[in-house]
Amino acid sequence: MSRIRKITQMKLFLPIFCMILVMCINVVADIAMGKAAWSFFTISIKNGLLYGRIIDVLNRGSEVAILAIGMTLVVSASAGTDISVGSVMSLCACFCCMLLAGYGVSSTTSFAMPLIVGVLGCLLMGALCGAFNGTLVAYLNVQPMVATLILYSAARAIGLLFCNNLIVYIRVPTSGLSIGYDIFGGYIGPIPTPIIIAAVCVAVMTIVLKKTAFGLYVQSVGINRKASRIAGLNSQRLILLCYIICGLCAGIAGLVASSRITSADANNIGLNYEMDAILAVALGGNSLGGGKFNLAGSIIGAYTIQAITTTMYNMGVSSAQAPVFKGIIVIIIVVIQAPPFKEFLAKQRAKRQQASGKEAASV
Amino acid sequence: MKKPENAVKERRQLNGNTLLLLITIALFIVMYAVGCVIYAGKGFTHLQNFLNILITNAGLLCVACGMTCVMLTGGIDISVGALIAMDCMLLAVGMSEWGMNPILLCILVLVIGVVFGMFQGFCVGYLEIQPFIVSMAGMFFCRGMTAVISTDQVSVPSDSLFYTWANAKITLPFGGYYNKKGILQVPYIRVGVVIALAVLVIIFLVLRYTKFGRSLYAVGGSEQSAAMMGLDVKKTKMEAYVLSSFLCSIGGICYCLNTMAGSVSQATGLEMDAIASSVIGGTLLTGGVGNVIGSFFGVLINGTISSLVKTNGKLLSSWANIATAALLCFFIVLQSVFALLKDRKK
Repeated sequence: MSRIRKITQMKLFLPIFCMILVMCINVVADIAMGKAAWSFFTISIKNGLLYGRIIDVLNRGSEVAILAIGMTLVVSASAGTDISVGSVMSLCACFCCMLLAGYGVSSTTSFAMPLIVGVLGCLLMGALCGAFNGTLVAYLNVQPMVATLILYSAARAIGLLFCNNLIVYIRVPTSGLSIGYDIFGGYIGPIPTPIIIAAVCVAVMTIVLKKTAFGLYVQSVGINRKASRIAGLNSQRLILLCYIICGLCAGIAGLVASSRITSADANNIGLNYEMDAILAVALGGNSLGGGKFNLAGSIIGAYTIQAITTTMYNMGVSSAQAPVFKGIIVIIIVVIQAPPFKEFLAKQRAKRQQASGKEAASV
Repeated sequence: MKKPENAVKERRQLNGNTLLLLITIALFIVMYAVGCVIYAGKGFTHLQNFLNILITNAGLLCVACGMTCVMLTGGIDISVGALIAMDCMLLAVGMSEWGMNPILLCILVLVIGVVFGMFQGFCVGYLEIQPFIVSMAGMFFCRGMTAVISTDQVSVPSDSLFYTWANAKITLPFGGYYNKKGILQVPYIRVGVVIALAVLVIIFLVLRYTKFGRSLYAVGGSEQSAAMMGLDVKKTKMEAYVLSSFLCSIGGICYCLNTMAGSVSQATGLEMDAIASSVIGGTLLTGGVGNVIGSFFGVLINGTISSLVKTNGKLLSSWANIATAALLCFFIVLQSVFALLKDRKK
């Protein structure tokens, strides 16, 4: 009994448990549909590219994983969520494509500017959006959700302006040594590039957290903003920095998402991604009330969400109906995490123990 | 021991909030006047143009009233847009495919609204989960359920009772004008507008004169003080969400009367319009301050912006979004500057 409790109270219990649950559901569904039991885990190489459902999950989940890095920091530092990341993704993608294709051009086969300018512009735009959100939250004391609401509704519209209300296609394929626009969403060798990009982002963040005190500072600001300021931390600048990192992550994710379809579709890139990113953080066992965070949990959470989505598509649920299940999952997770619910459970347990104790006494 | 100092402070606070409302009303008048001057040739000066803003935004007005009540308690409800989509889909599919009686369907929609609100309110009030997360889950759920009911665009059949309601014109006895052919154009409103205005008046009275309305303000002002005063904070919070979802369902019926169709992507971003309207109307996001009259003007400003963009014809429709967001930003900054100034004075 005590061993079970020790396991359930481990930091990464919730995300890993959910991941295993999703995998089990996959195995059962595969058997029910008459496929091989392990078809979820099989990886094969077709046409020199890695292929398989688990690779698909890792590949498609990259954007959410990248977003989850920034979102974890924002949630930890400011006890609020950044709901603008999906729109900012779309804005960054549009800005990048506008730079690369030129304003008002709907389809191009050659870059108007070097690729690196577009990429840097995209990242810069992301950081700029993050700085805007961060300024409102850190220096003007606006609630995070409300501050990011502004860009949530405006960023997509600004993206449409950049694209002149068109879907901008950049048809520059990668051939040999000349790098095309599809590189970020395509393959490097046999491995899908988004996986590599996500891995690099996670690695960089992990090194920063391990080698510097940044993570510690962010957590202390999240736990008590005033006390950290009195202890000598610049709380406001730290929160601003977290939002800038979150914006930067949104920029990277936007680049990957738009490179996948080699175009900038302002209305559809990053749609509902903010919800997935927040869900990833919650699923990772992080409290949405700020304070301590666990990056590994968020990353596993992000891939779990993608696994759920892939599983649902695999079982024939349409993409429009999938949100029903996501909504139910969110509610279950937050109810489990809610303090009054925990107290209720603890009371029940105490009652049961009391009852069994009485029985023992009477015997 | 009542000190006069307190009274002065209270008056000052009241002034600050009235100032926000006055800014909003002035902004609306200026905006509309500018529209009248620029687009005088395109019919912007007629009374009907103003009434059209009301007709298109009747649903939004109901939702904004509910949103204001929730925001008064310091919460937020972003599920409203998806709930409206679900209501519209239910109404459209119910009438065209299941052949149900529209009156029964409307009652069903209202009941669903109340049940949905009770669930959200329970999670926020009693389980103390962040309102944003709860209503986000609610939004997912409703949007998905809309797709479960039907993924097609369904329109309300033209032989139903609902259709007659939607097409009923309530003419006004004044403000008519002769068009280019010399025919008298009588200004009219639709049923939805009447419902929405009734909701507005009722909620205004409820907030001002009933125990429930005052306890919303008390909970939003300070939860601890409200609890010490003997108010049931949890129950009040829950009731706010029930009210919001109920009004949202009424708004859904008004919305459907206007669009006469249900589709999965309907009313996307409506929650943001409702929040923006409330904020522009002077409702503080931290709770405790605001009223529905402000929200009414917020809705009108919102409608005027999109009407201006539509009348122009050349501007991209995304300019309306950007303008609303810019206004929202302006008012949020204004609010926080006021709050900072108040802190300084202390």
